[in-house]
Amino acid sequence: MSPKSRSPTTARAVQNGDRRALARLISQVENRDPAVRPTLEALYPHTGHARIVGLTGPLGVGKSSLINALVNLLRHEGERVGVVAVDPSSPFSGGSVLGDRIRIERASGDDGVFVRSMASRGHAGGVAAATCEVARLLDAAGYGVILVETVGSGQVDLEIRGIATTSVVVLVPHLGDEVQTLKAGLFEIADVFCVNKSDLPGAEEAAKDLRELVGLGPPRGGWRPAVVTTTALGGTGVADLWRAVDAHEGFLDESGTRHEVERRRAREEILGLVRERLDGDLSARIERDPEVQALIDRVAEHSMDPRAAADHLYRSLRRSR
Amino acid sequence: MARRARSSPIRVLIAKPGLDGHDRGAKVVARALRDAGMEVIYAGLRQTPEDIVDAAIQEDVDLVGLSILSGAHMALLPKVVRLLKKRGAADIPVIAGGIIPDEDARRLKRSGLRAIYGPGTSLEAIVTTARQLARHRA
Repeated sequence: MSPKSRSPTTARAVQNGDRRALARLISQVENRDPAVRPTLEALYPHTGHARIVGLTGPLGVGKSSLINALVNLLRHEGERVGVVAVDPSSPFSGGSVLGDRIRIERASGDDGVFVRSMASRGHAGGVAAATCEVARLLDAAGYGVILVETVGSGQVDLEIRGIATTSVVVLVPHLGDEVQTLKAGLFEIADVFCVNKSDLPGAEEAAKDLRELVGLGPPRGGWRPAVVTTTALGGTGVADLWRAVDAHEGFLDESGTRHEVERRRAREEILGLVRERLDGDLSARIERDPEVQALIDRVAEHSMDPRAAADHLYRSLRRSR
Repeated sequence: MARRARSSPIRVLIAKPGLDGHDRGAKVVARALRDAGMEVIYAGLRQTPEDIVDAAIQEDVDLVGLSILSGAHMALLPKVVRLLKKRGAADIPVIAGGIIPDEDARRLKRSGLRAIYGPGTSLEAIVTTARQLARHRA
């Protein structure tokens, strides 16, 4: 069968709840298999309905445990939940150990839950290059809430903002003083702050610092991030966390900012796809082109300035296009 | 060939069926497969055959590796193979390691397990088999 004649079949299977078809399609998207394009095109009009909730924050703050607690809560309300959990790939071997699934009790035995682990595969920004598309496939498969867990993120792993409709920044007590919260990056992308492990001393102070931070300036885009405290393992505060997410989703609809969010997401995604191709072209060129190899040699020997070499390469790339 | 390997890493599910709590062996194997460039979904302890099959399907793995030291291998391992078949995923090969007597190992292989490893198996042997089984599936 040609990929084309198969595509509507696969799209229909995914929409009809065929989990194997969905899982395979996800792999193909991760592997950048060009054959899936007709299927993705067939599914795209059926997406855009799910609430995509990103959970980001440093490693070990309890993102997976919070996801577990949220899955339980949402399943109790009858919501179908998809989970995409990203862990890093090794820069040395390219391999990875994906261990988020271990914390999610309902990862199996419940057809209303679909959990997929993803390796970042060299992509920076806290997610994998295909995370956005994979979340959308879960949307197409009828999961109403999709929880996306980033890798344990640093201050600049902010790509989740281009994927999620609501971004939750998860922290724990004693990560630093209140000046940390003033720094640019991670603290700026939160729609909701969640101080997890709130049974530890210092949780109230951390929440207070965050509330102060939120009150320091005008609300971004009309929204002042909520601050909640949770103990994921005991389930404390998880309902508050979901209420805060829900409130933000409600705000997006009522204020009309959802359209802006969608445009931001679309922009990020298109740019990302183009960048990926340009980057691929560029890498291929660098590997193959003897002229470029000569430039590299000259820079390595310090007989040419790297900027001059970059100018050369840039100009020649523009000419060849 | 090398390029293809980079763009689509082999995905392996490592899980421990049954009730024994010794996961050091599973972790050692998970790490070796990671260092061989594979994506290892580590499902950990106390997994039922149903859990394992659900995970294998959702994660679209090329191979399932099971570690079992409890002695319940004759009950649990063939069940994983049977359930995979029942769910239309008989193409996913299953291998296992643990304390498994030779006679049991032979019977397990007849029931569809693709490889059985005992104590002292080299990690290279496991990596090589994993690659072969995953490649034949693709």
